[in-house]
Order: sequence, then structure tokens, then C-alpha cells
Amino acid sequence: MVEILHGKPITLSCMGVKSAALRAMSVFTTPIPPEEYLRLVNPLASSRQLRGVVTSVTPETPTSATITFRPGSRWQPHQAGQWARVGVEIDGVRQWRSYSLSAPAGADPAVTVTAIGRVSTYLVRNTKVGDIVFLAPPQGDFVLPAGPRPLLMLTAGSGITPVMSMIRTLVPRRKDADVVLVHSSRDRTASLFTDELQELAAEHPGLHLVHRYTTDEGRISFADSGDLDRLCPDWRSRKAYVCGPTEMLDAAHALWERTGLPDTLTVERFNTALAPEVPGGGGQITFEKSDKQVEVDGSTPLLLAGEEAGVIMPSGCRMGICRTCLTPLLSGRIRDLRTGETHDDEGELIQTCISAAAGPVHLDC
Amino acid sequence: MTALQKKEHNPIAHLSDQDIERLGVELDAIRDQVISTRGSSDAAYIRRVIKVQRGLEMGSRAVLLASRWKPAFVVGTVGLSVSKILENMEIGHNVMHGQWDWMRDPKIHSTTWEWDNASPASLWKHSHNELHHTYTNVLGRDNDLGYGIMRVDEDQRWSPFYLGQPVWNFVNACFFEYGIAAYDLEIGKYFKGKKNKEIFQRDLKKVGVKIRQQMTKDYVVHPLLAAPTGSWKQTLLANYLSNLTRNLWTHSVIMCGHFPEGVETFTRKSIDGETRGEWYLRQMLGSANINGSRAMHIATGNLSYQIEHHLFPDLPSNRYQEIAPQIRDIFNRYGLTYTSGSLPRQVGSAWMKVIRLSLPNHLAAKFAPRPRKAAPVPLRFKTAAPKADAA
Repeated sequence: MVEILHGKPITLSCMGVKSAALRAMSVFTTPIPPEEYLRLVNPLASSRQLRGVVTSVTPETPTSATITFRPGSRWQPHQAGQWARVGVEIDGVRQWRSYSLSAPAGADPAVTVTAIGRVSTYLVRNTKVGDIVFLAPPQGDFVLPAGPRPLLMLTAGSGITPVMSMIRTLVPRRKDADVVLVHSSRDRTASLFTDELQELAAEHPGLHLVHRYTTDEGRISFADSGDLDRLCPDWRSRKAYVCGPTEMLDAAHALWERTGLPDTLTVERFNTALAPEVPGGGGQITFEKSDKQVEVDGSTPLLLAGEEAGVIMPSGCRMGICRTCLTPLLSGRIRDLRTGETHDDEGELIQTCISAAAGPVHLDC
Repeated sequence: MTALQKKEHNPIAHLSDQDIERLGVELDAIRDQVISTRGSSDAAYIRRVIKVQRGLEMGSRAVLLASRWKPAFVVGTVGLSVSKILENMEIGHNVMHGQWDWMRDPKIHSTTWEWDNASPASLWKHSHNELHHTYTNVLGRDNDLGYGIMRVDEDQRWSPFYLGQPVWNFVNACFFEYGIAAYDLEIGKYFKGKKNKEIFQRDLKKVGVKIRQQMTKDYVVHPLLAAPTGSWKQTLLANYLSNLTRNLWTHSVIMCGHFPEGVETFTRKSIDGETRGEWYLRQMLGSANINGSRAMHIATGNLSYQIEHHLFPDLPSNRYQEIAPQIRDIFNRYGLTYTSGSLPRQVGSAWMKVIRLSLPNHLAAKFAPRPRKAAPVPLRFKTAAPKADAA
């Protein structure tokens, strides 16, 4: 029998049964998926959008807090060191930011957020237990090596969050763990997870902890290997992870290159594609699907620029009322020609007929 | 009515180009003021309406499971009718206009919303948002002027076909959602050979699928669900009555938007090179409001604020009421007539027009209603020279 079915065993997983049942139920609820009605009783039920309910909010420093979620059923457990996008609604508008997950692998996801910027400040100051947040599946390659190896973690500021997930995953569970953590922070009060790290280091010989308070001791220099040789003499034989401000990442990367060990270093970068606002506007528009580029001034609607370049773009009223021209902004910054407001959110749908480039722009058409 | 440009007493003759541009600037300022204060209470409003509608629908359908018992039949039918009206008007129409796109909630978004109606969202958005809202009341461009089956303006040429238009209009009212689907398909244009055959067939398939799903839900699976209590017949009837009620209601509301006496129409040529101010002015004169209670406004999807909606089709519907006094003030200051009336008056006025214009113009003229009182022109305009190209 099995052979007749060509080897592919028919497994009806729990998820499969559930989604089949929901599909069947949709005849009762068309044109809306049945989950939309289920959500009246279960706030985490959702067909398209993963959600999580906040289960705890723990202050870490005066300006940061750890927020833990219980995610909806479609969440895939994260690996230590990965990040996820978290969405909250501020003044009615959904805003997304990416955060490293600080909880150990397999545990409910948690993010440790420092109150800098609108979304992070909102998360630290306004989140309450029971709030619903929006989530996207965990991602990222900043993860632990497959086999046991001696490790060196170099972190600064909130760059410790993904590394904290790694340490929490590795140190208490593996007797053969061998981790040196060199963490830089301004001073003791600004330093994240200090007590927990000290307890872990006291309890487990596998964790060696170096705190560097930069107000007193200055930043670690990567100009040569002097600082590292002092802080962790065998650094060359360890697999290294770096997470912190961009200058630190660049400097560390350069040092490892010079030492001839670039493969042993893993770097986690954030904020790589921030679009600066260009005064007066204008810039290069790249139409990704059509593979075309044009240079425009700050008053030409993106739609016109595209059409002149021969790009096939959706269009309608050409005056900003019908929204037929909505096109995803892949990156860059655009200005609404009616209000002068600028938008730079990746993936946001923009009205090309009344928007102009304010710097380089990439559009999905 | 006759196209504004052909009228003996042109109601905008006193406005200069600069006046019209200034009017545009004032309206832009109102728009900006609403946009800058859009926020969490607006978001909470639309979510609450959606929640109430879904709860009401589920509750009504649950009650209908026992609809053999008469009170359950009545309660279930009324509840389902109200829920279907809310779903199409305050929610569907407005979400598909993009009024809530600013929340960046992919579920309450013009690009993803699908409504409880025979016409698929994509087709409706094209004929409504793109054509009707851009070319509002322009003869020969805006098919909403009579939907291609009626003559609602003296400047639309009479033919004997229109003698039957009171009947066509009533039939259209009873089957309005299918009328909308046929309209959005541009069937007339297709038979005249003006619509691409492939596109028509693709659209026709979409409509077919949509109608099948709608019918299966209302007339097959929910009655089947009620079969164990012996209520399938009553449930079937309740679904039919709810759809009928919604058809009659939405048809009435939509007739009130542009057909009542006092609403102006425009010639095709008049919009060549139209400025933003002139576009606003056309929306102001081409729409009519309905006066009534808060509940009535919500049941019309705030299309009772048709003038405000046509000026700002993508502002959240819950804000139209708030800006209405400011808009009315602009009408007064610029000597323009804000056309508004109670629901019975506006429905009556629209029906009168449909009946009257079923006759050719020379006969229809005998039954012409007394014109509504025009707004007084403020003093400051009276000294100004009339606009040269107004006549």
C-alpha cells in the first residue's frame, strides 16, 4: 500500500488538521477567514498575522526592560542569537522594529529593549502584561556553532542581547562550555544583565566574565591586538562573536582580517540601511522588478518618473485619492507632495502618483 | 438639472480663479488638520465597529438556528440585516477607499479587504474609487449618473427605453449588489465592443466565483446548519430578507449622494486642465448630504456626509461629522449651496428625478420641482467682475 502511494507517507499533523478544518469552515464565513471570528474569543488566533501576548515586563536598567511574550501557535522556536521583528501600535499606526531575542533557545521569546527611538521608548515605557504585540518569525545567522568550541563574545551596550540568549542557552546546560564574555558599557548602572551574569559566572566555571566600564577605563581598542591579548590571551584560538555599535564591528572585523582569522569571527549588524534625508529631495529611483534606474528631482511624482522610464506601474486618479497606484517601498525615503511628510518604512505601501524621491529610492515594480 | 456650464444662472459665476484656488487651500488645510490628529481613538473606532459587526453577525446566525420559533426568526433577521449593512457601508466601502490604510494594519487595508457583496473588491475599487471619485458628476465620464440604465440629467439624451426607468430603478434596488457587480463588470461597455474581451472574461470569472461563494454561504450552508432544528426554510428566508434589506437600504443611500435636486453636473470639456481647487469645487456642488441621527450616519457608512466624503474620500469616515461645520462654513463664505435634507426628503427627491426624467425634456419640464433656495452670495463677491469663462 505504502509503495503505491510512492513512498510519501500521508501524515496529518495537528497543524494540517487544523488548517484543513479552518479551510472547510470558510464556507460559513466567506469572504472573511474563520480565524477572524475566532479572534473575538482568542486574541492570538489570526490567519495572516502572528501575534504574541505580553507575559512579563522586567526593568533591567533605568532605561531598558525585558519584555516576554507567549506567541501564537504559528511561532517557530528561535535559536539562541536570532532576532525577530516586533510590531506595536503607536497612535493607531502599526510600527515594526527588529530586536534580538534575549531568552534562551526554546523558551518563550523575550526582547530586551533600550528606550532610544520612538518604538523602543514606547515598548519600554508603555508595555503592560496582557498587551498584544505583532511578531514576525525569528531570523538570523548570528547563532551558536554546531559543535562545542571555545568562544569569545565581544559585546557593547545593548549588543549583549543576542549573546545573552547564547549564554543562557549554553552555559547552564553544557558542562563543556568554555565562554569568555567581554562586555563594554558606560558604567555599572547602564550595564545589562550584570547580576545574572555574575551569578552564572560564579556557578559555572564555563563562563569567564570581563566587564569593561568605558567611562573609567575607555573603550577597547582594536587598532592592535594589545587590549585583546590582555583581556583574553587565547582569543586567537576561540570562535568570536561581536555585537555592538558599527565602529566597533568594523574595527573588530579589520583586526581579525589582519590577523588572518576572518572565518572565526561572526558579526551581528543592525541599522545598515538608514536612508538620510536629502534636502530639496530628488535622487535615484531603482525599479527593482523592471530593473530600471532613473535620476529625478524632488518634485517629480514617482509614477511619472517610472512611466517615462518605461516601467509598467499601477495607476488610477493621479491625484492621490483612489489608491490604485499603491506600490511597496523597498528602501529609501519618499516625500508626500501634498503634505511634505516623508516616509522611509521598508515595505510600506506608497501612493506613487503623489510621492517624490527624497534621496535614493527602491521600489517593488 | 442641467450641466452647470450651460445654466442661465451659473452658481459659481461670482468666483474668480483666485477665489477657487483659495478655496482649495482652505480645504487642504482641513484635510491636513484631520491627518495630523488621526490616532489611536480613530483606530479604536474602526476596530470596535468591526468587532460589533462580527459579533452581531455571529449572534444573529446563532439565533437563526432556532428560527422555526418566530421571535428567533425576527431577531435573527433584523440582526443579520444590520450586520450586513454595517459590513458593506461603514466598514467595506470605507476600508476599500483606503480610509484606514494609515494604520498599516494589513487586515484593515484597501489592498486586502474583501466584502460581503456580489462584486469583488478589485472590480469595485476600479469603477468606484478610480472612475466615479475622479470624474464625479461629469456627464459622459461618470457612469454613476444613472448607472447606464437611467437618465438622471436633462443633458443626458432621452430615448423610449427610459420610459421604464422607474421600474428599472426599483428592480435594481431589490438586486442592488448584483447590479453593482454588473456595473463594475462594465457589461454595457463590453457589448459596445469598448472593453477588452480577455479582461472582461477574467473579471466575469471573478464575479462568478464571488457570487457562488456568497450564495453558498447564505443559501446553502447556513440553512443546512439550521436543518437539525427544522429551521432551514426560515434561515434561508432570513438570509434572503437580510440581503434584500441591505440592497434597498444601500440603494437608497447611494441615490441620495448625487441624484437629489440641487446637485450640479458638469460637461465633459469643463474638466480639461482642472485645478485642484476646481476639482474640490466640483465635488462640493456635485454631492448631497442627508441629515439624521448618529445611528443613521453610521448605517449609511457616513455617506450621509457625501459632500465631506467626496472632498476627502480617504479620510476616516468617523471624522466627516467633525469637519462638516467647517465645510458648511466654507460653502457660506463662498456663496455656494450646501445641499442637504432628511432621508425621506432626499430619497423622495431622487425618486422624483428618476420618474420625471423618464419623460423627454419638454414633458419633464412641466413637473420640474421648485429649485431649492440658493445660498446668498456674500457681499465681497458682488462687486467683483463675474468670471469671464463662466458662461
